[in-house]
Amino acid sequence: MAKYLILKHYRGGPAPVVDYPPMDQWAPEMVDAHVRFMVDFAARLETTGEFVEHQALLPEGTFVRHGGEGKPPVTDGPFAETKDLIAGWLMIDVDSYERAVEIAGEYSAAPGPDGEPICEWLELRPLYSAAPTVQE
Amino acid sequence: MNEALLRALIPAVTGVLVRRGADFATAEDAVQEALIQALARWPDDPPTDPKGWLITVAWRKFLDESRSENSRQAREVRVDAEPPPGPAAETDDTLRLYFLCAHPSLSPTSAVALTLRAVGGLTTRQIAEAYLVPESTLAQRISRAKRTVAGVRFGESGDLATVLRVLYLVFNEGYGGEIDLAEEAIRLTRQITSITDNEEASGLLALMLLHHARRAARTTAGGALVPLAEQDRSQWDVPLIAEGVAILQAALARDRLGEYQAQAAIAALHADAPTAGETDWVQIVEWYDELLRLTDSPVVRLNRAVAVGEADGPAAGLAALEPVDPTVPRYAAVRAYLHEKAGDVALAAGLYADAARAATNVAERDHLLRQAARLNDALRP
Repeated sequence: MAKYLILKHYRGGPAPVVDYPPMDQWAPEMVDAHVRFMVDFAARLETTGEFVEHQALLPEGTFVRHGGEGKPPVTDGPFAETKDLIAGWLMIDVDSYERAVEIAGEYSAAPGPDGEPICEWLELRPLYSAAPTVQE
Repeated sequence: MNEALLRALIPAVTGVLVRRGADFATAEDAVQEALIQALARWPDDPPTDPKGWLITVAWRKFLDESRSENSRQAREVRVDAEPPPGPAAETDDTLRLYFLCAHPSLSPTSAVALTLRAVGGLTTRQIAEAYLVPESTLAQRISRAKRTVAGVRFGESGDLATVLRVLYLVFNEGYGGEIDLAEEAIRLTRQITSITDNEEASGLLALMLLHHARRAARTTAGGALVPLAEQDRSQWDVPLIAEGVAILQAALARDRLGEYQAQAAIAALHADAPTAGETDWVQIVEWYDELLRLTDSPVVRLNRAVAVGEADGPAAGLAALEPVDPTVPRYAAVRAYLHEKAGDVALAAGLYADAARAATNVAERDHLLRQAARLNDALRP
């Protein structure tokens, strides 16, 4: 088994293939359909035994670093124009890279304002695994 | 005996152990082990005296632990000197345990975890699941909390307000898992009201019951939030409302108003209205005024603006919103709501979208997004 993180981005990644407006511009029942797809998707992965976790992030964050001995931390941001902004993730535990790609592809087919898949770009990132016990 | 009844015995049993000379941290572990044994054994072999059984088994576990710590002699000497516990002492012990678990030296997060385990009798795994943290993290949180209160004398009288605050947090926050945190908070608050005779404890219990009564109507089958005005009131739990109102009335009659009683009074007025349109908003505004006098909280100010908007119209509501700090959570949502009522649909739609971006939970975010979508839909030619 191997764990993969499927990252959703508010912004960033390759140019979108389907052009659609922000969700507050959709018809309310299309918003409902999109939300339902997301919920059902996670539930389905639970039944296949491949779901690990699912989290969503607020759009605004802050950069923080150590400020020096005895000094408060230094913060920067939030940056309204950050090029790449992560919206959340779905973590899965699957048998193969191929299966991970398959799941990410299905996940990207969430319905958009016209009910057609939005085909958003999702970033698939493998997690480092535990070191194997058998070494030779 | 069901699990809730069993768990209701926990604080008294722990109290007996501490009274006999056990230190709190070890006593709590011993009782937790006895509880696990009880859950495994009682279904087939129920004891005639459940509490006696728990005390005996927990005490034995405590002694085993003490022996392994090589301090048997000192402890046993102390045990001989302890007077046997009586019924009055047990009530006091239960309350003392609540005080200890909600001790002001603990952070709210730690106090919640310690209360759920030491008073509520939940397992570390159940609590970890309810707050979506790894079990080992939660176990550390509890043992650190125990170390923090290790120096507190068990008999020390505590602050009931911090206990109520912790129970409120249990009711209001967390995910649940196999444990229903709202039910658990209600169970513990009931126990507190039965041993303290305090108006604010009653006020908190009433508040919980009145909100819990709406539970079935609060979300759709798909998990979407249903605002109060749109809830199917036939789904509200009438006996729970009646109980909450009765508890609240008895508390208010004692004329020592506090923040939980005032919040419960507002919930009771909502419960009283057969339809949203029949809500007595004027009286609700008066209760918010009371709440402001008691707390001067920006959240109360924000909610008061909504009530003013309903009682005196959206312009008055927006005026009441004027002095509220815009960084208060849900500020944009309230502004959007009042502007929509005032007829400024385009402005409201934009504000709902802003509010969705600022929402701190997914259910609320999706709800606000839906509101923005609804208004934008209405604006389309």
